Parts: sequence; C-alpha cells; structure tokens
Amino acid sequence: MLRRRLNRWFGGEDRRVGSRTIYVGHRPCPANEVFIPPKFCDNRIVSSKYTVWNFLPKNLFEQFRRIANFYFLIIFLVQVIVDTPTSPVTSGLPLFFVITVTAIKQGYEDWLRHKADNEVNKYRVTVLEDGRRIQKESEKIKVGDVLEVEEDETFPCDLILLQSSRDDGTCFVTTASLDGESNHKTHYTVPDTERDVESLNATIECEQPQPDLYKFVGRMHIYKNNEEPSLRSLGPENLLLKGATLKNTQSICGVAVYTGMETKMALNYQGKSQKRSVVEKSINAFLLVYLCILVSKALVCTTLKYVWQSKPGQDEPWYNEKTLKEKETNLYLNMFTDFLSFMVLFNFIIPVSMYVTVEMQKFLGSFFISWDKDFFDSEIEEGALVNTSDLNEELGQVEYVFTDKTGTLTQNNMEFIECCIDGHQYKYRDASSEVDGFCVTDGPMNTVQQKAGREREELFLRALCLCHTVQVKESTEQGQGQDGRIDQVDGLMVDGQVVPPLQEQRGFIASSPDEIALVQGAMRYGFTFLGLESKTMKILNRANDVEMYELLHVLNFDPVRRRMSVIVRSISGETLLFCKGADSSIFPRVKQEEVEKIRMHVERNATDGYRTLCVAYKHLTAEEYDQVDSGLREARLALQDREEKLMAVYNQVETGMNLIGATAVEDRLQEEAAETMEALQGAGIKVWVLTGDKMETAKSTCYACRLFKRNTELLELTVRTLESPGKRREDRLHDLLLEYHKKTVQDAPPAKTRVARNWSSQDYGFIVDGATLSMVLNSSSENNLHDYKDLFLQICQNCTSVLCCRMAPLQKAQIVKMVKNSKGSPITLSIGDGANDVSMILEAHVGIGIKGKEGRQAVRNSDYAIPKLKHLKKLLLGHGHLYYVRIAHLVQYFFYKNLCFILPQFLYQFFCGCSQQPLYDAAYLTMYNICFTSMPILAYSLFEQHISIEMLLENATLYRQIGKNAMLRWGPFLYWTLLGVFHGLVFFFGVWFLFSNPALQDNGQAFGNWSYGTIVFTILVFTVTLKLALDTRHWTWINHFVIWGSLAFYVFFSFFWGGVIWPFLRQQRLYFVFANMLSSVSAWLVIIVLILLSLLPEILYVVLRKPRGPYARQKLVQSSAGGIQSPRSSARPLLMRTFSDESNTVS
Amino acid sequence: MMASSYNAKEEDGHHSGASSGTGLSKNKKPDNTAFKQQRLPAWQPILTAGSVLPAFFVIGLIFIPIGIGLYVTSNNIKEFEIDYTGVSSDSPCYNCAKNFTWNTTEPCVCTVNFTLLQPFESNVFMYYGLSNFYQNHRRYVKSRDDRQLNGDLSALTDPSKECEPYRKSGDVSIAPCGAIANSLFNDTLVLYYVDSNNSKIEVPLVKKGIAWWTDKHVKFRNPAGNGNLTLAFRDTAKPVNWAKPVYELDPSDPDNNGFINEDFIVWMRTAALPTFRKLYRIIQKKSGTTPTLPNGNYMLNITYNYPVLSFDGRKRMILSTISWMGGKNPFLGIAYITVGSICFFLGVVLLIIHHKYDNRNTSADIPS
Repeated sequence: MLRRRLNRWFGGEDRRVGSRTIYVGHRPCPANEVFIPPKFCDNRIVSSKYTVWNFLPKNLFEQFRRIANFYFLIIFLVQVIVDTPTSPVTSGLPLFFVITVTAIKQGYEDWLRHKADNEVNKYRVTVLEDGRRIQKESEKIKVGDVLEVEEDETFPCDLILLQSSRDDGTCFVTTASLDGESNHKTHYTVPDTERDVESLNATIECEQPQPDLYKFVGRMHIYKNNEEPSLRSLGPENLLLKGATLKNTQSICGVAVYTGMETKMALNYQGKSQKRSVVEKSINAFLLVYLCILVSKALVCTTLKYVWQSKPGQDEPWYNEKTLKEKETNLYLNMFTDFLSFMVLFNFIIPVSMYVTVEMQKFLGSFFISWDKDFFDSEIEEGALVNTSDLNEELGQVEYVFTDKTGTLTQNNMEFIECCIDGHQYKYRDASSEVDGFCVTDGPMNTVQQKAGREREELFLRALCLCHTVQVKESTEQGQGQDGRIDQVDGLMVDGQVVPPLQEQRGFIASSPDEIALVQGAMRYGFTFLGLESKTMKILNRANDVEMYELLHVLNFDPVRRRMSVIVRSISGETLLFCKGADSSIFPRVKQEEVEKIRMHVERNATDGYRTLCVAYKHLTAEEYDQVDSGLREARLALQDREEKLMAVYNQVETGMNLIGATAVEDRLQEEAAETMEALQGAGIKVWVLTGDKMETAKSTCYACRLFKRNTELLELTVRTLESPGKRREDRLHDLLLEYHKKTVQDAPPAKTRVARNWSSQDYGFIVDGATLSMVLNSSSENNLHDYKDLFLQICQNCTSVLCCRMAPLQKAQIVKMVKNSKGSPITLSIGDGANDVSMILEAHVGIGIKGKEGRQAVRNSDYAIPKLKHLKKLLLGHGHLYYVRIAHLVQYFFYKNLCFILPQFLYQFFCGCSQQPLYDAAYLTMYNICFTSMPILAYSLFEQHISIEMLLENATLYRQIGKNAMLRWGPFLYWTLLGVFHGLVFFFGVWFLFSNPALQDNGQAFGNWSYGTIVFTILVFTVTLKLALDTRHWTWINHFVIWGSLAFYVFFSFFWGGVIWPFLRQQRLYFVFANMLSSVSAWLVIIVLILLSLLPEILYVVLRKPRGPYARQKLVQSSAGGIQSPRSSARPLLMRTFSDESNTVS
Repeated sequence: MMASSYNAKEEDGHHSGASSGTGLSKNKKPDNTAFKQQRLPAWQPILTAGSVLPAFFVIGLIFIPIGIGLYVTSNNIKEFEIDYTGVSSDSPCYNCAKNFTWNTTEPCVCTVNFTLLQPFESNVFMYYGLSNFYQNHRRYVKSRDDRQLNGDLSALTDPSKECEPYRKSGDVSIAPCGAIANSLFNDTLVLYYVDSNNSKIEVPLVKKGIAWWTDKHVKFRNPAGNGNLTLAFRDTAKPVNWAKPVYELDPSDPDNNGFINEDFIVWMRTAALPTFRKLYRIIQKKSGTTPTLPNGNYMLNITYNYPVLSFDGRKRMILSTISWMGGKNPFLGIAYITVGSICFFLGVVLLIIHHKYDNRNTSADIPS
C-alpha cells in the first residue's frame, strides 16, 4: 500500500521503499483521496526480555545454549537415565545452583527493566488532538501525534520540531543520556510550521528507522489551501531524539516520527559484538584436551571392564549376581551405558565451578579498576569505567597499542599561539607589550612593511570570528549550574587579565576545542564573537562597534573534506564565504601565488607541534550565491545520497578562494605522555600513532612523546616521498617498500635477540599517510597487491613505532584489523577519545576510551574508559599484568586440581573390576569443587600480587615475561598436567601401599573402601590447598582466612557429615569414617608424608627458579632502597635495569 | 553475585556497564581503603634456598628417625599367615573345597596344622583374609539397605531396590537383604594349641570388639520386637546363601545376634581392595608373663562353608599382634625413610647450589 502511494507521488523514477510517510496530527492530506493511516509500532519501550509466562522456558533455553551448561545438562541427564555410579545429585546440584542463581539474577534484572520500562511507558505526556490538549500515557503515542514537551522533560519519542516557544524557532536540548555530551545543542523548527501547528496540514516523509544518532533525512510536504504543496527539508537539526532533554526552552511542539522500539535510542541499545580474550581461547583448547582425556579414560575403563569380565568367574561370581534386568540387556547397549557411566564418573575433571569461578573472578576483579583512586581525575571528577569485565586479562597481553593523537597523546586543550597573515607572523605575547596585543614578531621577508595591511588583519580576524559553529553560553541563565563545565571547555579563561571583564563570564560551546581557541584568539585581538541570534552573527570589533552578519549557510566540517565554511552576508550586502581547514585541503583551492608565503609558516608551525589551520575567503556575487543557494537547498532536500550531493556542492563552492592566513594552535601533551609511552615501549609494546592530523604536527608530537628518539631512523612513506621526478608513484612505492623492507626485516638481527634490540641496535620509526596507505591497501589493479600489504606489514612490525597520519576513521580501523589478523595474531589495544576513534576502538581486541573533550562516544564504545592517557600505564603494566597472572594461574590450577582429583578415581577402577565404583563419597564429589577448594583460588585470583604494583610500574620489562600468553601455553599446561598426574599417582598408590594391610587401628580393626577414599581425599584437599598456598606470594588476611578456613571447613564438614545418620541418605557410607581415620596413627602418618612428598617437586621448582624472578626483584629492592638519586623515570637507571633483567628473561 | 558474573556476557552492553561501573565511579572519588586500592597489608614470603634449606634438613632429620621407628615397630609385629583354601591336593581342605555344595546339612570340617616359631606376646588378633574377592565391586557395594540394618521396620519388609537380586525370596523380603549380607563369610575357625603332651587346648577366641563401636551401637540396630528377635524377623526370609536366619547368628548372646552380630557388621564394611583381611577374633593376653600364643604346634579347625574356588579366590587365616600403628606394614617406615632421605639429599644439593650461586651473585646469569 505504502509503496503504491509512494510510487504515485514520486513517479516511476523513485524506488524508495526505505522511507515512511507520516501524517502530521493524523489529518488526511488533500492530495490523497483515500487516507489510510499507516501502521507503525506503538511507543512502548520493551527492554525487558521476559514476561512472567515465558520466563522459565526462555531463560532456561538461553542458559542451556551455552556449551558448558549444555554439557553439564547432558551429564545430568545421563545420570538420571542410566544406572550410574554417582547419584544425579552430584552433578545436578551444582548445575541447579548455577542455573538458579543465574535465573534469579537475570529475573531480577529483568524485573528492574520492567520497572524502568513501565516508568517510561506510563509517563504522562501531552498530546494535541484537534486543538485540545489530552494527557496520554507515553506508550499510547502513535506516529503522527503532535506532542507538547516542556522544559526539562525528556522527549518520549523521536520528534520533528514544529514549534518552539523561543522566538527564533530554536530549542536547546542536551543529549547527556544518549551520548553523554552535556553541552546544549541547538535544534531548529521546520520553517513555516511555526505559527499554526493546530491547523497544520502536512505529511512527513523520512527514512526508515536507523540507529545513527547523527543522521536523519526527510522532507515535509506542507499543504495550504489547495496550493501546490511546499517542500521543506528535514535534517538531524530538526529531529529531537527520545531520551534527550529539553533545556532553556519553555515548551515545544513536535510530531512523532519514530516511536517505541524504532526510536534511535532503542535502536542504539543493541549489544556490542562480543570480544573474547585469549585466555578464553586457551581455556577452550585445554578443555578439549581434558575432554579427550575424559573420553579416553572412559574408553580404557570400558574396554578393561569387558576384558576383565571375560575371565571365568569374574563377571558374575556367586556372591555378586546381576539383576534380571542387567542380564537381559543387550551386550552392546550395556557397553554403551558402561561407557556413559564412566564418563559420568570422571566428568568432574571438567568442573562446572571453573566457569563460575572464572566469571566471578572477572566480574569481581574488574571492580579494582573502577575503585582505583590513581585513575581518579579530579578535573572531571571521575575515575575509570569498566564496560566489560571479560577482557581484564587481555590488558596484560597487549602487543600493539594504537593511539589517537589529539586528545589522547595531547590534551585537546587548545591555545591560540600565533597566526600568520599574508606571510607575516603575529605572535601573541603579553598584554603589556602592545595595546592591542597584536604584534609582529618576525616577518618572513623583513621588508619595510612589517605588518600586513590593517584591512587584511581585520578580514582575517573577522574570518576567525565568523567561520565556526561556536555557540555562546548564556551565562545569565545557566551560568551557575555549569560553571565547572565552562572552565573546562575554555581553559583560556584562566589568563583573565587579557580578557575584558565583560567577557569573562562568556563561555563558548563548540564541538571542537580548536574552534573555541580560534574564537578566543580573535577575541584577544579585539574581535569578539557575541553570538548568533536568529541567523545573525554579531561581532564586537576593535572599535567596540557591533557588526552584524547574516548567516546564510554553514558548510559543516567533515573529516573527509577537512574544512568548513560559512556563507554570510554583511550589512552592506556583500556575500562572503569564509573557509578554514587543513592546509592540504585549502592550498589546492586558493590562488597559487598566495600559497608560498603561507606554506613556510604552516610547515614551521607544524614542526613545532602546533595544529595549523588555513583561512581563506571568497566574494560571492549575487549570481554565484543564488546558484550555490539553490544547489544546497536541492541537495538538502534529497532523501537519498544526501551526503554525497552536499559534498559535491561544497566542493564546487569552495574553489578559487583567497588565502588570508593561517593559525597555529597549541595542543599540549597529556601529562606524563612521554613517560607512559616510554614505559609501554619498555614493556615491549609497539606503539602506533594513528591520527588525522598533519604529518609534521604528528611527527613532532611523536618526538615529544619520545616515541621517536634522536637516534631513531625515520622511514617515510608519504605522498611527499612518493613524488619523485620521472617515476610513477606506484613504481616509487614499490621501490621504497622494498628498500625499507630490506633495511628493517632482512638486515635485522635474528628474532632471538630482538628483545634486546630496542636498546642495542638501530631503531626504526615508520611514517605513512592516509593516501599512501590506501594505495598500499587498495591497489587492487596491481598484481602484487598481496606482496605490498605483506611488505608493509613486515616493515611496520619491525619498527619500534609507527606513525600513521592523515587517517580517516575507517582507515584507522583498517590498520588495526590488518595488524590483528597478521601472523601470530597479536593482541591489539586502541585508545582514543573522539568519535573518529570509535571504529578502531571497536576493532581492536581491547578498546580504551579517554574521557576527553570530544564527547562521550569513544567512552561509550570502549571496553574500559580512563580519564587520562597516563593511566594507561597502570592499567596495562599494573592491573593487566596482575589480572593475567591471576587468571592464568586460576585456569591452570583448576585443571590441575581436578586432574589429581579424578586420577585416583580412575586408578581405582583397576582394583575394583572396572565396575565404576567411585572412590570418594558423593558428598565429597559434589563439595570438592564447590566448597573445599574453590574459595582459596578465588581469593588468590582476586588478591594475588606476585610482584607489587609499584615494582611492575617501575620496571616495565616485567610485562614482557607474560607476553604471548606465556602462562597458558602448552609448556606450562604440560607442567601443570604432569604435576596433577604425579599428585594423583602419589595419592592413590601411597594409600594403596598402606592398605595392603587394612588393619590400621591400634585395636586391630580394619578399614574399608570408604576409609580408603576418605584418606585419599583428605590428602588431596590438603595438598591442592597447600600447593596454592605455596604459589601465593601475597598473603593478605583474606588469603589466610580462606586457605586455613577451607581446610578447617573440610575437617569440620567431614566430622559433621560422618557424625549423623542422615535420614535422607540411602546408605550411611561415611558414618564415623572420618573420625575413625583420625583415630588411626597410620592414617595421620601417611597423610603427612604423602602431602610432603607431593609438594616436594613444587618447593624444589620454586627454589630453583628463584634466581630468575624474585632475584631481579630483590636486586631492585636493594637498588631502590640503596638511594638512587632519581629512582623514577630517569632514563639511565631504567636502561641499566632493562639490561640486567633481559639477560634473565631471555635465558 | 556469582551468577551475575556467570552470565555477564549475555547481558547487553548497557546493562552490564551500568552495574559494574557507572554508578560507582560517577562524580565520586573512589574510596581510599586498603582493600579497594589493593594495598591490604600482606605477608610476602619468598622461598629462597636460604629459607628452604633449613626446612629440608629439619624434615630430613625428623622423618628419618620416625621412619626408622616405624620400620622397627612394623618389624616387631609378629604375623603368621596360612592359606587354607585347599587348591592343591595335598592341602587338608582339598576335599572340602572340591566337594562343596550349597545345600548340605553336614558341614565339611578340615584341620590345618601349623607351627609358630616365636611366641606371640600381648593381644593376638585373628583375621580371615580373602583374595580376588571383589568386595569393592560397584554392584556389590551398593547392594545393601542401611535403613533396614538400622532397624527401620518399613525397610525390613520392603527393602531398597538396591538389594536386587537379593531383595526378595519369593514374596517374602530378605533380611538382611543385598549381596553383601548374602555373601557373609561363614567359615568357622577354631584354634587349638597342641602342647608337648600332644593334647589339644582350645585357644579362647573373643568375638567382642572386632567391629567399630559406632557401627555396633548406632549404625546397626535390630528391629524392635520386644526383645524377641524371632518375632521381629518373622515376616522376613533368610538370605538365600545362608544356612540359618539372621536371628540365629549367635543365639548364645542376644547382644551379638541379629543385625548387631559383630561378624556380620565387620563383613558389611566393604573392603577397599580385592585382597583384604577382616578381623575375626581376638585372643586376649593372659595375665602374667606367659605369652598369649606360645611357640609350638597349633591346629586350626575349619568348618568349610565358604566357597571361593569358583572365582579363583583364596582364603587365609592370619594371626597378628598389633602395635600403635596397626598391623604389620613396612610401607610407612620405608616411605618416611625415603622422603626423609630425599629431603636431606636435596638439602645438601641446595646447599651446594646456594654456595655456588652466592659466589656468582654479581653476574646473575644462572643457567635455567
């Protein structure tokens, strides 16, 4: 239906199915004979997953979709169906526990969601219907309803702004709850709808719902008294998003376009893609091994059972006859059920509790990050934020760090440093030097005329004042509440004596701090931007006169074009276009003779590490303007490809401009940026800087951050180096790639010494820019495309640092992806603060957001967010290292303890006719993993600091010891497995020898099979706990409490369990078994000697390993205690430390 | 708490994020507590050769004497063992073993002569030993009903399913039910001392105190029947392989009859390994200086009721004295001596390494 109508409207050439039509106020339009109200979803927000009815089945289904849960369910079912040695309770109880707790927790969360949903859905809103105001529940809003929203209310659905109580047809909103940006954003009403919302007869046609918060295209047809419908374009500036809050505006009217689950907010709440850590992959690999062990054990036992039974008199001696049922069952079916029974008997080797413990460790452990007061930044009053707890240990495995420059390495706290007008440099010095604070420091040509003409100066400053999207904060209205905010945004307010007191309270709000810096720079030179009022920009000029300009068009900034422009009309009727942007995007678009004068300055400023922008202008004749105006309007009305069409018009307008000058803005380095980078490099992490900035600026930042050092040989692969006379760029690229490859890869020392290479041999730094990168990556026409990519990657990997400049956001992600998928699949980490870093944050293994100035998008999409770059050091070297060691140990220990738990049970099968007789009582089987041995390892995995955090931070090379998943590779795994096997053998055969004479009590009474199991189990529990105690390097009271507590609990429990005749038990197997065991001296003696024997190799290993790990540590303690003059961050001792440690790590 | 972590993965980003971080960190400086900052005071032991060395020596020095003590103690225990299965034709019980049938009214009796070369001082414990008898087979171990044995009346007439196929005899339920009870060891062993006059003196065998006290007094109970066991068990049948019902196990002593018969209780404690021994009787030490069992000739009179040849089993009679560590078993002594020696040896090796290593302290390149 919809499609037919659309087709009628747009004729055949339109194939737009992806749009919807909305009748404002549900009023039929004259153009349509038939008014068929279209069907859209209602405004119910359903974030809950379950209802009361489907909770149980749906939740259970979802839980059992996890492989582990499903495996345990199968085991449980086998136990229920087949006659198995252990009761279904042994595996059913833990599973039931886990499932129930999870279900309760999810149910609770869902209940909270229901509550939140209800709150939203039942919220009373005002709907204008046929001229009346009707209160409705929010969930009853339909698409097309006209709503009235008052100040400080949140919008109940996505609205098109029709009417605002403000005169200029604007309203302010804050989207704090959507993307965390708390500044006020201006939205505009649709023109011509202002006056008569009640009688407005219009349809809106817009795209189908899509999650991008910052994109919206649509158009409005307004019908007036049978006139030809007039068209208005609708963009994101007309759309008020659900979840945003109305500010500074008394009330607005809007028509609902997207409701309920189709609002942009709801669409944005879809979960992010799941990132998995290396440790998890290791766990899965180990699980597979253990599954193989399990199956082979079961197979061996089944085979042996039938071999054993084939001997005469063994299968069914007179004292032990089979039941009728057993006799009748088919032999093969019997074999199969026997196999399953063995599987069940040995299934404890893969414990439910490991999953629980690992998840718990991750969840609880991640609190330490958000609790860390070192991550607290007093400036923004926030600490670190943990968005996922799955990747804690990945922080200890990072091999590549991809960092953004602006806002990450640098503070994104811009300060206007100098400018250059017509080739003359103007540096702002001190207020005292000249009255207007505007002086020439050194003209390039030192000619007679030292200053550029006053006219040019003023033109330049006007350009700075006009060419931006800065808003003036109305200090009278909201100054109080947001003082803190103002201070942050414009750090320049600090030097107050320069700024006239009148402007002191003036705050500027802009999406980019550059713009604020520029406007404030202009202010210092006497041109003050007073604000934008109903399309008129007011400027206070040097003569304290207010100049008015009519703002005709804003050609917004975008990272591809890398410039923005405004078209204004002055009082005198002149139409002017002011454009500012990166030099590379401005220079080709201005008259070439002007370029040379400026280029020198720009380049020098860039080398000094300043951000440079070029400013140009252009007079537009009335004719030209009309053309541009219509072009822009047309493009803005387009429903499809609006961006591209706009871009085309922009590019067309921004040509043939006159270059006026350039600005230099300083972006200071983040605190401790250099130290952090140095530490990361010391930790063996390769740091790549990916920035959209100019090469020169980025390079100087790299030098400032000590990513490039004085002796670093820079390999450049940029548009500049590719330009060489007489050669095609492709050929030149080819040559350069080969040359660099030879230098870095082939001539490099062999891999073994590479760890030490950083300090001993030549350092390489590699610089590539976006254009060249796309040549390398996308040269699909080339046959040797593959080689290029490989070559490039190899070069990059052999350089200590890589700088990629002039990167588009997507290219950043491309780079990350390329490295991520390269050989050895290294662990990557992306850190950034802005929306342009989101793609690489999402792409990398670990994404870190900096709570910087460029909004909250990076933080929202990150896995961890920290306030400052310097916190990265502790996050990786401290927390990451510890988390990795903890979880690696946890995983290995879990496999180990279950191996030596089950191995005796397996061995026992050889002595009981492979009859699946369990060695331990069911209670012990169940409780072993849940109670007796779970808490110590959990405590260990939460509190262990095998090396103190200070030491880890001071000595970055320690990070290399755990690199490449060192603790979870097959070597350590084999060690732990062998240890488990050894322990299992010792436990079983030690007791076996003892039981060659079962008369172990001093009254001659003998022990039975349950005593045997209990002795083995006691040794087992004590050994694995003491083994953990041996591994614990950091004994807090919690460790003491938990380790000794579990042992005490085991003893207590055993007494208790054996001390009562339990009415619910069919067999009182353990009745007084434990007490009798303790009354036997022999049992005591054997327990002691076997525990000691089991732990001997471990003690020995720790002692013999000692010269490596702790020795270095000891020495460090001595050295730092010995009073080195500057123990922290001085390069020299660090270097020496690294040398001495490396000799240890490499060996 | 536990599960919230367990399934944190499946939660959408915004929910888990909200739970773990935002609420805590927003506009709030993290608490500066030792716990939250991971600065809890901690004991940080470092195992070094220096600290482990003395431990090794101490362990060695403690364990070796203990081991020697244990070994000597074990060696001082006198033990005599004789196999009376009757496999070979020259064995006195050969005929009994060979001609065994279940339904005989006349039990087969055989006599085994043996000589004790040394006198057995103090109490002597008489065990019977069985080999290749899988008391630890799963089907066997579970084939009992502890409720019935505890005197539960409902379980008496309706035993647990686990007792199959020894649960019911016809329609009458078996008491005690199950394979374990059914296969109760029922050889009767009588020991005679043959003195110099060649006259047989019966050695008094005490049958009290061979079972765990708790088993005898708590775990095993006769069903209530006004003290009349025959009455209490009237609705039950005897196990199929038994010659007499449970209430006639020891008619002479009502405290040792029925379920609380100690021989029965001992048998019901299933052995750990297929070769095992169970306490049969105790020979109390006589007052004075005479040894309990003087050296000389003895006669063991066996009422051969228990067939083991069908599954290639063996039966033994064992006489043993007991020390504080139980019966004779050199294993513990050897284990202690071995572990003690290993520790001592390692101590020496470590001392050498430690010494060498100290000398090279500055170079720090110990081969790993």
